[in-house]
Amino acid sequence: MAVTVKIPTQLRSVTGGEGETTVDGAATVGEVLDGLYDRFEGLRDRIAEDGDLRRFVNVYVGGEDIRFLDGLDTSVEDGDEVTILPAVAGGS
Amino acid sequence: MPVQALACKECGTEYELEARYVCDQCFGPLEVRYDLGSLDAESVKRRIQAGPQNLWRYSDFLPFAQTPKYALPAGCTPLVRAPRLAEALGLRDVWVKNDAANPTHSFKDRVVSVALAKAQELGFQTVACASTGNLANAVAAHAAAAGLESYVFIPADLEEQKILATGVYGTNLVTVRGNYDDVNRLCTELSADREWAFVNVNVRPYYAEGSKTLAYEIAEGLGFELPDRVVAPVASGSLFTKIARGFDEWREVGLLDGETPTMNGAQAEGCSPVAQAFDAGWDICRPVKPDTIAKSLAIGNPADGPYALELARRSGGTIDAVSDDEIRAGIRLLAETTGIFTETAGGVTAATLAKLAARGDIDPDERVVAVITGEGLKTLDAVRGTFEAHEIDASVDSFDAALPAAAAV
Repeated sequence: MAVTVKIPTQLRSVTGGEGETTVDGAATVGEVLDGLYDRFEGLRDRIAEDGDLRRFVNVYVGGEDIRFLDGLDTSVEDGDEVTILPAVAGGS
Repeated sequence: MPVQALACKECGTEYELEARYVCDQCFGPLEVRYDLGSLDAESVKRRIQAGPQNLWRYSDFLPFAQTPKYALPAGCTPLVRAPRLAEALGLRDVWVKNDAANPTHSFKDRVVSVALAKAQELGFQTVACASTGNLANAVAAHAAAAGLESYVFIPADLEEQKILATGVYGTNLVTVRGNYDDVNRLCTELSADREWAFVNVNVRPYYAEGSKTLAYEIAEGLGFELPDRVVAPVASGSLFTKIARGFDEWREVGLLDGETPTMNGAQAEGCSPVAQAFDAGWDICRPVKPDTIAKSLAIGNPADGPYALELARRSGGTIDAVSDDEIRAGIRLLAETTGIFTETAGGVTAATLAKLAARGDIDPDERVVAVITGEGLKTLDAVRGTFEAHEIDASVDSFDAALPAAAAV
């Protein structure tokens, strides 16, 4: 079961320049991220703190913010697209 | 001029003054840092007073080594005393900062001025934005004046007036099937792989600086004095926090004496993630799906929400929310007591001011400034049906019949 993950430019220095990758065998967003942390050294400290995401990190599944779903427990299926983005954009 | 660097608001890591908005270390937002200690209050004041009648008179506090040459000047909008509004609310000293009096009729001309000047300095040929409407107007207009290519992304269901008032400038107008937060996510993704300056994404730290000029103008308009309280709308929270930042910078330099004004943020109930967090005592905001007539404030996932909460609490203020009916009433209240016709966002601000006054939060002797950020002609639907017109034949009899109270004595 493969989930596609889109990596923002700010994190590509720890993913060896990769902007997109896949994770196999993950059932939730949390497991997808764990898969990435195992693969890319230093990634966890950039976006996570005390077991949760840092407050300026947004994660989406199929374009929907996981805070509208089940957070890190949001389930993912084969073919889903997970997007990590900085939260500080936008403004009015 | 004292601009120094970009610095992370969370961890303090510093970066060059380039097109960058997120800290690589912790994902925190970047902000422009200045060496204000190098400024002498008296000479700064002289430079301001000798400066042009637009926001570039405050160049000492903007992120440029030299004042940029700029095609479409903004700012220096009226700060008007509003005695009839004050009386209606049981207050004595109320002022309205009317930022509808800008080139594209909203405060967005300020932030776009700074963002585009920086984009040009950094060599960008194309500018872009994610917008709830007012920013779209401003980016399209300022890009046209500067001769830059522009791409403007808006939710497809925006008010028609805002769509028309954007397309007229000859921009590449993209209407996205989704809400503002969807548009914003898309632009954040697009910005990664394009050599464009997205004014509220990759040059956002500079863009946000433009809002400080509202505070400078308020203080200068009051004779270099601070108001006691400011009521301003909150969408992303950037404007709200930057107004306070502007006052605080001038306090630091010695241009102003006294405390940070009490800061009251105003949201619409149909999109009030910051007000909800304020009430619940949270220090972060839970995102919401917006459903309000105040579309220019319809940001469900506010980037500066945590800082807006912190500011409201630190200054003794609040973040309040008002209903769509209160927003319409707020538009009417402002129009009927000041002659200023504002859009729904200004209705949110006026209604919140009325709510604070009715609740007894405001001492009648306080000097209060309401920040009116946009123009009523852009959201005409909001006032449709809120009053009655008298249709008559072109005869005196018909007039007398329709309005007997106005008949000649």
